[in-house]
Amino acid sequence: MLRYILKRFTIMAVTLFIIVTLTFILMHSIPGSPFNQERGTNEAVQANLEEFYNLDEPLYVQYFIYLKAVATFDFGPSIKQPTATVNDLLGRGFPVSLELGLVSIIIAVISGILLGIIAALRHNEIIDYIAMTIAVLGISIPNFILATQLIQTFAVNLKILPAATWSSPMHMILPTIALATGPMAIIARLTRSTMLEVLTQDYIKMARAKGLSPAKIVFKHALRNALMPVVTILGTLLAGILTGTFVLEQIFAIPGMGKYFVESINTRDYPVIMGTTVFYSAFLIFMLFLVDIVYGLLDPRIKLHQKEVK
Amino acid sequence: MGLRKEVNNQHSPSVPDEWFRPINRAEQNAEKVSRPSLSYWQDAWHRLLKNRLAMTGLVFLFFLAIMAIFGPIWSPYSVTTIDLPNQNLAPSSSHWFGTDDLGRDVFTRTWYGARISLFVGLMAALIDFFVGIIYGGISGYKGGRVDNIMMRIVEILYGLPYLLIVILLLVVMGPSLTTIIVALSVTGWVGMARIVRGQVLQLKNYEFVLASQSFGAKTKRIIRKNLLPNTMGPIIVQMTLTVPSAIFAESFLSFLGLGIQAPYASWGVMANDGLSTILSGHWWRLFFPAFFISATMFAFNVLGDGLQDALDPKLRE
Repeated sequence: MLRYILKRFTIMAVTLFIIVTLTFILMHSIPGSPFNQERGTNEAVQANLEEFYNLDEPLYVQYFIYLKAVATFDFGPSIKQPTATVNDLLGRGFPVSLELGLVSIIIAVISGILLGIIAALRHNEIIDYIAMTIAVLGISIPNFILATQLIQTFAVNLKILPAATWSSPMHMILPTIALATGPMAIIARLTRSTMLEVLTQDYIKMARAKGLSPAKIVFKHALRNALMPVVTILGTLLAGILTGTFVLEQIFAIPGMGKYFVESINTRDYPVIMGTTVFYSAFLIFMLFLVDIVYGLLDPRIKLHQKEVK
Repeated sequence: MGLRKEVNNQHSPSVPDEWFRPINRAEQNAEKVSRPSLSYWQDAWHRLLKNRLAMTGLVFLFFLAIMAIFGPIWSPYSVTTIDLPNQNLAPSSSHWFGTDDLGRDVFTRTWYGARISLFVGLMAALIDFFVGIIYGGISGYKGGRVDNIMMRIVEILYGLPYLLIVILLLVVMGPSLTTIIVALSVTGWVGMARIVRGQVLQLKNYEFVLASQSFGAKTKRIIRKNLLPNTMGPIIVQMTLTVPSAIFAESFLSFLGLGIQAPYASWGVMANDGLSTILSGHWWRLFFPAFFISATMFAFNVLGDGLQDALDPKLRE
């Protein structure tokens, strides 16, 4: 176990290092500089500004300054909003994004599993077909399209929910539905197919023969084993939800990290681009790492230190 | 052996001739193959034909492909020409899907968007196909240290938040169709490589591979002639599912303003333009691109599901 964790940890560190370097290279190949739009800055001011942000140093020196910034997690002040540091922006945006993402994934997991169980128990009946049609639709409709339709229906036509911003639980309903539907559909399909497989196993027959109640059979015996594949794809779903927050934050005018990221790219705000990318990536990679470990802990059949043969 | 001989010798003379009867026709033909034997692909095709949902998807995609090719040609309107007097017209006999805020025909733009979406999807799938097959094939077949190193690289790429990288690449290279396809391919092949590798890893221990090896076949030939044809099923399914995710990525990026740029039409661009019409009531400007993105992804998804059932012998019941 420990060896496995160590191995995963090394891979995690390498991935992060590559992202950090890649971000640096890409960012500095973006045409244009952060001071392009500032008219009337004379050369002395420009030089001063560049010196302040270390932009006058040779690239490799900037790279090391940057590595140091990543290591200490201090990205310095934003270029476009000099009064705020990158950490300030992250501190403001991240809790909002996290809230949006977390609520969505919880809704997705719970409703997806329930939908999957119902479909599996009513296999080949009308309920099964309805549930699976909902699931395929959920996978097919992109979240930003769903968001626009939700706003149209519930905010504009019915006027029962607010269309944008992030200030009360009522404001959270539409964005979280838009974000949770896709992952919910994926989880429902996966749960259904593994449930169908598990329900034919001998130990389920055994449990039935013992006279256990159907609810106990489903939740205590079948579901536990059917959930393993769901745990494995949680990492991927999380990545999807994180990127989904980008576009939904634009549509619903939610002041999260995605908003700062897109803004910073458009304004070449180097420190903010670096900060958000590195932070996002680190968060995501750490989550994938956690999912892997949790998977190993949940399923005793998997010996983590052995080489996986697939 | 001796015993049976003895038994036969004892009994054969004692069986009277009238006990023998000619067998009836049905029994005589029992061993004959009555129907033409089906190859794997014919069998799969028959299976797919029976799947109504998948066939609906296939027919829709066929229709979409035809409209994507000929729609903009048949239409009397241009995709980009601005016609301000006719802005925001509701769907009518002259503009079937209405016009947008610059008077451009939404019908024409929708099919132009179909071109872009299908093109991006197919190109992404093709690039994934080649890179994934070569990489996964080599990794799985070589095994050992080569496999170990190649899979570590895949693991690292797999962990990259691909959309962030794609967005950064788009900003660096400038938004264009080529950039989107390149950016999507940079990380997209990883899933395919994993699948091919897993399949090859299983297949390479079979006797027919050993037979090829003992005849002196080279690695390249074994991968191409022995291993890949046998993994085609999962590869095709993976490709069908790559297409909708590429279409999603393109429209997502265009929606954010990082993809296809005005005045050209992509469904993502049109949806983004249409977003502002939610309040003004020009519903057709959002509805048509939204509907076609969703319907296309739906069609590819059900087709992929159908293919999976049709091609995977293990799931047959």
